[in-house]
Amino acid sequence: MKMKLILAILAATAAALTLAAQSTARPVKAAQAARKLNGVPAVPRFRFENYTTANGLPDDHVYSVLVDGNRIWAGTNNGLAVLENGQWNVYTPADGLAHRAVLSLALDKRTGAVWAGTMGGLSRISAGRIDTYTQLNSGLSNDVVYGVSVEGDNVWVATAAGACRLNTRTGEWSLYNERNTPMIEIWVYGVSAAPDKVYYAVWGSGLLEYNQKTGAWDKYEDPDGENEMVLLKDQGLIHEITTSVSYIDGVVWVATYFGDSHYDGRNWHNFLTKDSGLPSNFTNTVKGIDRNRAWFGTDKGLAYYDGTNWAVYRPSLTTGQPEMTVRDAGGKMTDVPVATAPAHNYILGIDFQGRDLWVATAKGLSHGIYQP
Amino acid sequence: MRRLALLMLCAGAIGCGLLGLAGVAPLSAQPDPTPEERYASPLELLLSPDGARLYVLCQGVDEVRVLHAATGRVLRIIPVGHVPRGVSLSPDGRRLFVTNSWDDTVTVADTNTGSVVAAWAAGFEPSSVVEDRAGKRLFVADRVGNNITVLDAITGAEQETLEAGRGASYLAMTADGSRLYATHVYPNPTPHRTPPKSEITVIDPQRAQVIDRIPLPSIAGVFHIALSRDGHLGVVGELHPKNLVPLAHVEHGWAFVDTLTVFGADVGRPVEVPLDELDRYYARPFAVAIAPDKSRIYVSHGGSDCVSVIDERRMLAYIHAHPEPFAEDLAASAHYVVARIPVGKNPSGIVLSRDGLRLYVANRLDDTISVIDTRTLRVAQTIQLAGPKTITPLRRGEQTFYSAQYAFQGQFGCANCHIDSTFDGLQWDLEPDGFGKDIVDNRLIEDLRGTEPYKWNGGNPTLVKECGIRTEMYFWRSQNFDDRRLTDLALYMRNLPSRPNRWRPADGRLTPTQERGKVLFFRTADKLGQPIPQSNQCAYCHSGPKGTSQKSFDVGTGRPVDNSPVFDTPQLTNVAMTAPYLHDGSAQTLEEIWTRYNLHDRHGRTNDLTKDELNDLIEYLRTR
Repeated sequence: MKMKLILAILAATAAALTLAAQSTARPVKAAQAARKLNGVPAVPRFRFENYTTANGLPDDHVYSVLVDGNRIWAGTNNGLAVLENGQWNVYTPADGLAHRAVLSLALDKRTGAVWAGTMGGLSRISAGRIDTYTQLNSGLSNDVVYGVSVEGDNVWVATAAGACRLNTRTGEWSLYNERNTPMIEIWVYGVSAAPDKVYYAVWGSGLLEYNQKTGAWDKYEDPDGENEMVLLKDQGLIHEITTSVSYIDGVVWVATYFGDSHYDGRNWHNFLTKDSGLPSNFTNTVKGIDRNRAWFGTDKGLAYYDGTNWAVYRPSLTTGQPEMTVRDAGGKMTDVPVATAPAHNYILGIDFQGRDLWVATAKGLSHGIYQP
Repeated sequence: MRRLALLMLCAGAIGCGLLGLAGVAPLSAQPDPTPEERYASPLELLLSPDGARLYVLCQGVDEVRVLHAATGRVLRIIPVGHVPRGVSLSPDGRRLFVTNSWDDTVTVADTNTGSVVAAWAAGFEPSSVVEDRAGKRLFVADRVGNNITVLDAITGAEQETLEAGRGASYLAMTADGSRLYATHVYPNPTPHRTPPKSEITVIDPQRAQVIDRIPLPSIAGVFHIALSRDGHLGVVGELHPKNLVPLAHVEHGWAFVDTLTVFGADVGRPVEVPLDELDRYYARPFAVAIAPDKSRIYVSHGGSDCVSVIDERRMLAYIHAHPEPFAEDLAASAHYVVARIPVGKNPSGIVLSRDGLRLYVANRLDDTISVIDTRTLRVAQTIQLAGPKTITPLRRGEQTFYSAQYAFQGQFGCANCHIDSTFDGLQWDLEPDGFGKDIVDNRLIEDLRGTEPYKWNGGNPTLVKECGIRTEMYFWRSQNFDDRRLTDLALYMRNLPSRPNRWRPADGRLTPTQERGKVLFFRTADKLGQPIPQSNQCAYCHSGPKGTSQKSFDVGTGRPVDNSPVFDTPQLTNVAMTAPYLHDGSAQTLEEIWTRYNLHDRHGRTNDLTKDELNDLIEYLRTR
């Protein structure tokens, strides 16, 4: 707490000094912000096709989604489903999968192996073979695997009882928890790994950064502490209860249950419903496209941010009818008529397939087909 | 490093420990042999693209000898790394690649000059190497790493590792370069007391990704793979063990079947094809070659000192006429095996001339190359490689270890279960004490001095007893070794060195994790400050440099099927590579020893440890 206080004071002091820098601290105003279509910012539009148990998905509750070329992996509450050539194939514990509930997915782009974090361990699926790691048969911290990310030979894992790393070349496990990192809580929800840094979203413990070169840990906390009032909005992480992290192009996008954050290594920029197009502060997942653009999965719909403008895609919260709204830099809201929407507004996972989008929701998997 | 035993070795009886030699010639430490005393031990062969030069990988002397293919005259000697195991040429024939299995390197040599131009780091125990057709990537099968390391073919920089089967060892690329196939010598993990499983790993070399795994059910021990030039036929040599039933009917072929699996468009589906006969076995099919016109398949049998010749058309006809599995039908081979050609001792690598008229066979344990005229199916020429003229007791012991001639009908030898003098990853119902009793896990047999007694029940105080009467009465069911041969065999086994430990830092300084684990290993009090009884301290039972007190204990792992819950303390030598664990192999991983099978803290005081402390302990054990 003391550290938090110091951080808060420092941040407040620095605020005045950094005002000038704020414009550059914010995600760059993308060129497309100037582009408009019939007076509405040119945000991407999609036709959504939804998959449920009615058309082959093993369960409507989809926790995670992963694009692997032309294959789409969906981590559901009842197995790991893969869509290929229009056909669904489902892996279950009978095939060696660690558990039927698949919470997280990651692709090793070099080898083609898919890593599945489940409620009962971590599985690697490689050309039909499934190898499973659990807290009993391996160094895996805990069987509830909320997040997984692959970088080089290392698989970085976020679990309900700490984080860990498997070196697939040597088989060595490294465990990270309150004993050897700045982690206070050990409920680790998300992870995003890159050659230079690895970020963990730790529920109640903010954002942890691991420097791959030095092996040192750093920690980013909400300068307002555990106070749910945002006193210093852009002076640090928006909230301690982080749920998801996405590190891309040297920028960290962080989701929390109380708003979202963008950090470029020097400056923070935070997003709240009251002053952005975010449909809800309760955010389950975030996935950055680049330094400026990201997708957010909330409990009230799917949101896109291009650095200036926002768009929200969802079934209407009142009528259930497909809905798309756009918010421009000035805060002007525009309804865009659409015929389709994601399967549900409770969004749990997002991945990209070219300009298309795949979305895991609480009531099905959605394919957002880009509409030029 | 001792250069003697370095060969791939083998040793004795399945599932036991070994040695000690009361009553026979004393076994003193063998001095390192001088280079001129070392046997060449030719393991693998290659022909240059024009067929003029024969490359002979001589594992015993760490060389590739380049011979005039017609005369056998030595043209050049290329020094390579330690215990080389695999060799290949670049598609243009200009570069020679050699995997040095104990150095963890790949030697690159210029075939024009014979000079070594590079030595690249590879994975753990590189065993086979192939370059892609584009000359961009080098694929290296790593036996201890269980993977395929992908290197940049120009710089040698490691690009990635692909998960292969356990004990990945042999590679073959299709002629068009579109597919790479990999096999592995140890079975993939399966639940306790279930049939073993192996695979042929299929890789797309252009993408450097695994795209398929051809299942090999009931197979444990897969060796070389050969592909027809059109890519429509693939063949692997393999072992089909029968480890789930009591080893009590050896005379009925109940230990191993020696088989091939054939696959590809010509076959339709992978089919397991037996090579044995009703009253004669052809142990350990190791290397395979397919005639250019696909008329024949040639197979070397490492334990039977011969090469089998298969009529491919008759084999396919038999396969198509018998849609049901026939791997255990020992009458089948009469329909397609057309010859058994005697060659030298422990025939290993083979290579066929481009016209298919000559088959070269490396006889590893008598330092010769047999040249078979494929028209007459006879050995037309034997090339003697330079080396010691006399056969030492150690060499005789090695020859005995790798031979199946002592078993009833030549069914199997020591090296069947101790693949390349290691282990086989299987559990056997061995002992003649009742069916289903005393299931035992096979143990590594390296660095055995100071680990006696042998067997899981500690019943054999010496290697002579372990490999003598017991073997005669129980395994071979036939003639046994005479006194000299038994002494030589024990000598060979006693001198098997330990391979490098890949998890121990090269500078000998343990990592912080390993250091913490070491402290736990040697602790005498638990985390509550309570003294740990001596017999429940890790370092008490697993004491000394080998990690064994040479005593037996009841650590609470006995099962109702065990005659006694008291077991010999196994040594910890290279324990990281010897899964599964415990006397019956019930623990699939080191972690499971304590997370599943130490509920009452009888196998060491461990239940006070946190998850990361247990991980520390295991990371330390992996350095042993």
